[in-house]
Amino acid sequence: MTKLLMSRRRFLTAVVPAAGAFALTGCDELSRNPWIRDTLSSAENLTRTVQRFFLSPTSLAREFSENDISPAFRANGTKNPDDPAYRALVETGFSNWRLQVGGLVETPASFSLAELRAMPSRTQITRHDCVEGWSCIGKWKGVPLANVLERVTLKPAARYFVFTCADSLEQTLDGTGRYYESVGLEDAFHPQTILAYDMNDAVLSVPHGAPLRLRVERQLGYKMAKYVMKIDAVDSFATLGRGHGGYWPDRGYEWYAGI
Amino acid sequence: MSIAIGEPAEKPTKILVYRHSVLVRVTHWINVVCILVLVMSGLQIFNAHPALYWGHKSHFDDPLLSMRAENGPAGPVGVTRIFDRPFATTGVLGLSTGPNGELAARGFPSWATLPGYQDLATGRRWHFFFAWLFVVNGLVYVVASFLSRHVWRDLIPSRAQLRGIGKSIADHARFRFDHGRDYNVLQKLTYLGLIFVVLPLVVLAGLAMSPGVDAGFPFLVDLFDGRQTARTLHFVAATAIVLFVIVHVGMVLISGVFNNMRSMITGRYKATVGEDRHD
Repeated sequence: MTKLLMSRRRFLTAVVPAAGAFALTGCDELSRNPWIRDTLSSAENLTRTVQRFFLSPTSLAREFSENDISPAFRANGTKNPDDPAYRALVETGFSNWRLQVGGLVETPASFSLAELRAMPSRTQITRHDCVEGWSCIGKWKGVPLANVLERVTLKPAARYFVFTCADSLEQTLDGTGRYYESVGLEDAFHPQTILAYDMNDAVLSVPHGAPLRLRVERQLGYKMAKYVMKIDAVDSFATLGRGHGGYWPDRGYEWYAGI
Repeated sequence: MSIAIGEPAEKPTKILVYRHSVLVRVTHWINVVCILVLVMSGLQIFNAHPALYWGHKSHFDDPLLSMRAENGPAGPVGVTRIFDRPFATTGVLGLSTGPNGELAARGFPSWATLPGYQDLATGRRWHFFFAWLFVVNGLVYVVASFLSRHVWRDLIPSRAQLRGIGKSIADHARFRFDHGRDYNVLQKLTYLGLIFVVLPLVVLAGLAMSPGVDAGFPFLVDLFDGRQTARTLHFVAATAIVLFVIVHVGMVLISGVFNNMRSMITGRYKATVGEDRHD
């Protein structure tokens, strides 16, 4: 018995640290392994399919009352784009800014802020969930994306809408550090999907994405592109950026950010 | 039957009995992998914003719990605050050495997170894949356990057991454990609490953090009184799971590790002939 215990102890003293070392470095190796990453990522399709099954296209994110609004709404990501073109727009109070809408549309168009403000508007007090884990509640006023898309008439092949932004979160030679995001038809035509120009009854500030920020209320904050310059209707986003449909999706985050 | 330390005066007759069904064994080991991955990737996700709040939104100035690095008189220190009460946790929480040996501000230490380096996106990939596996595995277990009457046969305590709960608690407090072929009353209540309270809670609180789920099932957010409360309770439930695992593994080790491991792998458990069944 003693002998058995000794050999077991010797076994354990040899095996446990080795297993521990393997577990620690091994997990990081596993996390970098492409096959493992693809397998883990397959859960995103399952999540999207199941959530889409339970969510009707018009089921709304909760709307709150004025009293619920966060006293200090945290700004994340880029808070003050230093791209020269954007700086010039800030200097002139966005008076020269126009939202370009093109791609797979019959009549590409551009809209000034005044034109967007003259269109039908929607105001909503919603909870903003950051992928990091925190939530803030804010009041957003803007034009429903559906109204803008109606003005340009979509071609039948249009499946996704790509939002090109003014800010670069990462300096890259090939331009893939520029922020962009994309949504599908279901979210584009959701009643709460708006292009917001006001926040908490004031003109949208630079830290929160002036002059225009996308709101996609049933998904996480990183979907809600700030500093929107251009919207393109496309049939696929495979050739954009690094091919995953957004700045953060290109860096490993889910394209479908409903979770 | 108590597990006594040392050799008994007379050796009672021992036989191998079939203790754990294939269902219990397979779902148990899948669960082991799931919980290990979910806890470690969950800590990775927590580290992206190592603070907890109550309600729908985050009150950044007034968290229930936070872990951060602060500047002390003799350099950076890790400080964990629980209800505003600060604890020095340098080296473990708030400030610890990373995989490359560098001291860095992070909630939980590198060795507790998956992956070990800071990478929220990859942590989420691990977490959501294994969350699906965990839920499916748990549903298979629960449905099959009702159908096979495992719940009633092995987990629901008898009236006699419930009447003897005081003695069982007193015995456990003296580290006298009645761990035999069948579960004692505290084991049964612990397993029931884990399977039907803590694990469903951790899943529901996790779901309530999803903005998509919240749009489809608003009552889930109400159930938790807000997304940030759900996040806090998700963390509390995960802590309960970790505590359970520590006690569970400890008990396995001291009540016959070989016999216990064999019974959870092959199903066969060496029991004493004439041992009282608890029902």
